[in-house]
Amino acid sequence: MRWIREHLVLFLGLLVLVYMFVPIFVVVLMSFNDPASRNVYRFDGFTLDNWTNFCGPNGLCDSLVTSVLIAALATLIATVLGTLAAFALVRYDFAGRSASNLLIFLPMAAPEIVLGSSLLALFVAAGFAGQLGFWTILIAHVMFCLSFVVVTVRARLAGMDDTLEQAAMDLYATPAQTFWRVTFPLVLPGIVGAALLSFSLSFDDFIITNLNAGTETTFPMYVWGVAQRGVPMQVNVVGTLMFLLSVAVVVAGEVNNRRRRATLT
Amino acid sequence: MAEMTRRRGRTGYLLLLPAFLTLLVFFVLPFYSLIATSLYDPSGSDVEGFEMTYHFSNYWDAISDYSGPLFRSLVYGGVATLLCLVLGYVLAYAMAFKAGRWKYLLLVLVIAPFFTSFLVRTLSWKLILADDGFVVNTLQFLQILGDDGRLLATPVAVIAGLVYNFLPFMILPLFASLDRIDPRLIEASSDLYAHPFVGFFKVTWPLSLPGVVSGTLLTFIPAVGDYINAQLLGSTGQRMIGSVIQSQFVEANNYPAAAALSTMLMIVILAMVLVYVRRAGTEELL
Repeated sequence: MRWIREHLVLFLGLLVLVYMFVPIFVVVLMSFNDPASRNVYRFDGFTLDNWTNFCGPNGLCDSLVTSVLIAALATLIATVLGTLAAFALVRYDFAGRSASNLLIFLPMAAPEIVLGSSLLALFVAAGFAGQLGFWTILIAHVMFCLSFVVVTVRARLAGMDDTLEQAAMDLYATPAQTFWRVTFPLVLPGIVGAALLSFSLSFDDFIITNLNAGTETTFPMYVWGVAQRGVPMQVNVVGTLMFLLSVAVVVAGEVNNRRRRATLT
Repeated sequence: MAEMTRRRGRTGYLLLLPAFLTLLVFFVLPFYSLIATSLYDPSGSDVEGFEMTYHFSNYWDAISDYSGPLFRSLVYGGVATLLCLVLGYVLAYAMAFKAGRWKYLLLVLVIAPFFTSFLVRTLSWKLILADDGFVVNTLQFLQILGDDGRLLATPVAVIAGLVYNFLPFMILPLFASLDRIDPRLIEASSDLYAHPFVGFFKVTWPLSLPGVVSGTLLTFIPAVGDYINAQLLGSTGQRMIGSVIQSQFVEANNYPAAAALSTMLMIVILAMVLVYVRRAGTEELL
């Protein structure tokens, strides 16, 4: 009885975790599904076809290429701009610093539908209604990834004291040497984390993208389209791969951390 | 931690400038455009162009035409947020106080599903809640659901999807603030003969309030604006406001009405958030 009471919360917590994982199991399962009909979404039989004939469904791989390209570019731009801004906000004192912090925070607090529709209103007002596509999606993604990059890198920077940098300066390192040999390596994990977050936010975005995409199709838009007419099981292969990739990234990060700690001690 | 010396001078501005300009042009300016668009004369069209006539009645028209989806979105978002709070609190509490050395593994497990495509995950709920599926059959067997009862195309399915999709947004801030609580404070309350429930409501819950407030906001705001769950798991009876804004903008090209709806959604959410934060007494969070 006592044992049950002690572990009840843990047990209920694990049940919640199961709830979070059930859809993932379904995604993995369905990636091996051999559907009897395109209109019924259920498991009918086992096959490897979805994995071997990955690009079979019309437009799937094109949409993936578009999504990866946009996510990579948006991540690159947002990470560079966001890291610079995080340095400014943590390391420099200037008038308007707290107002800038607020400006960074607001895009994360606004609903996506509002962000997306206001950006579309701007594009329409500026006469770009006919040119919606790759570039307008890219602009939208840079905009909403930027805040997440600033917040992530800022947290890393704020948790760092500058004693190591002062030590480097005392030992006659030039400011450039101090930055590249001491500061940058210390902030790098934050920057990498921010880049990964921004890549996955961009890759997965639907609501803002759908408003500003014109005729361009990203992967989430492809899934949205096929959801109305019958889903090819290959989208579950993509889902499974994304899951495996994110687990691999987390494990690699953890291994890297441990090795680093081991070399330090 | 040693206090860092903040440097003064122009470099700070220069470093901030690119991000600042990006947000100014693609975040602040769009809001101005949105509000301006919401006041255009609705008799225009996307081909001939719209005329600015400060047509405030766009807002009244939008309310009278779409009060249903707007109200429904707030209710679904609110219910989903409450359910997320209950489920999220249990898991975050277990992680912070009961998981021991498995704490960070559980944290990774909470975040991991999040990186699998939102739409693909939502589609798999379609299978889980399907009419002849395991869940529906069990509920029918237990007489909770009638023999021809279903879950898909009902508010239950939409809210279940919303809860599932936004749960990590609730768990992470809850965990962050629960994990900071010194467990000795809870021990002290039980040493002083407080019943565990009293200890929870007088010690743990108040200390976790910052996490509760930011978690509920991070869940409520995207859940109200979301229309993916309503569209994939619901039917036209569960249409949410995001879907109306999207279709008015992109399919009907009725820009003034769509912009008025979008502006109104922002205002309603902002007002609710301000009242909520003030009542919770955690204004310093903003």
